[in-house]
Amino acid sequence: MGALAHYFEDEGIATTQISLIREHTQVIKPPRALWVPFELGRPLGIANDPAFQRQVLLSSLKLLEAGSGPVLEDFADDAPPADMASTAWACPVNFARPTEDLSDIQALRAAFKQEIVELRPWYDQAFKQRGRTTAGVSGLDMDTIVDFIGAFLDHVPPNPRKELSLGLVLNFAVDDLKAYYYEAVFAQPGEKPPDSATLDNWFWQETAVSKILFRIKALCLKSEDKMMQLVGKILLVPMTQVRSENA
Amino acid sequence: MARLEQLPEPQRSHIAKTELPSFDIHPWVSGPPLTQRRIAIISTAGLHRRDDRPFSFEPGDHYRIIPGDIAANDLIMSHVSTNFDRSGFQQDWNIVFPLDRLRELVDEGVIGSLADFHYSFMGAVDPSDMEPSARKMAAFLKKDRVNAVLLVPV
Repeated sequence: MGALAHYFEDEGIATTQISLIREHTQVIKPPRALWVPFELGRPLGIANDPAFQRQVLLSSLKLLEAGSGPVLEDFADDAPPADMASTAWACPVNFARPTEDLSDIQALRAAFKQEIVELRPWYDQAFKQRGRTTAGVSGLDMDTIVDFIGAFLDHVPPNPRKELSLGLVLNFAVDDLKAYYYEAVFAQPGEKPPDSATLDNWFWQETAVSKILFRIKALCLKSEDKMMQLVGKILLVPMTQVRSENA
Repeated sequence: MARLEQLPEPQRSHIAKTELPSFDIHPWVSGPPLTQRRIAIISTAGLHRRDDRPFSFEPGDHYRIIPGDIAANDLIMSHVSTNFDRSGFQQDWNIVFPLDRLRELVDEGVIGSLADFHYSFMGAVDPSDMEPSARKMAAFLKKDRVNAVLLVPV
């Protein structure tokens, strides 16, 4: 991000930026930067809090009026923690299946499809409430994604989008699945959604789809396709969740 | 929470060891007060219109154009990394792409105007690879009469 600031400024356009990693910005020294103490992925701090976002935005824009630089200013406020204690949160759909052996491929695939079906009313409700979904990156509809992901349990399926590499399509399909699961959670009545760590722990440790994704990760690592290897190595499962693999 | 020392391993070490570019010169462009600024957002979140081609690793595939009148449901994210939170963006696009907030500041007269076009890179590439595209983009920004860029990471 800071490098882009140098390029634009060198071309005669003033820049100001938000910085998420102060240590990087200190080294790159862009002309004007506001460091914010927020989670990666949340440069404006808090979702659905226009007043807080406005504070962040104005703090960054005001750096454009600085007389000289480089300027690296710190934003004063942390984003407050999520309203709900992580341990108090429960998904609107209970995926507990104590009697099923999900080591069996057919049972695992069936459990995955059942999750999709059980979450669908909540996902649809989320879309109706907000008029928006972030799913759709893969260009595949959810039923096709379910079949595509489930097929990896038997074999590497054909690429449903020939203009993109199979690894990228897999990566985007998983992004769409996560959007589907998470947005379904956001439609839960009453309280605000849990924090991102709680959501990630739920998705990667309690769902059937995560068990499939860990298997796909292992499959990708054995692939001769370099993009598939990259997907298996770092793009499919977050670094913070790799330890969940054998949980 | 993005304080480096608070990030969980191995993410903390991965970020701490990232090779960074260094710059010998420090260009600085002055300009008018905020009320006369025409602002474009440039994101590195891999954002694009729903019907755009997703970001890839193809050489030269560096950015997408985001029209100033884009609606929230038309903006999606194909950043390749899985190691940052997306649940904020899933709930509210402004947390990554603060277009509604900027529109409010224009309506209130705090800033002058917004660009006809905003842009997004996909930040998971070497910054030097983006340099030629960024320099060409600057020419488009000038044609759009932009005199300030808000750079937003993810």
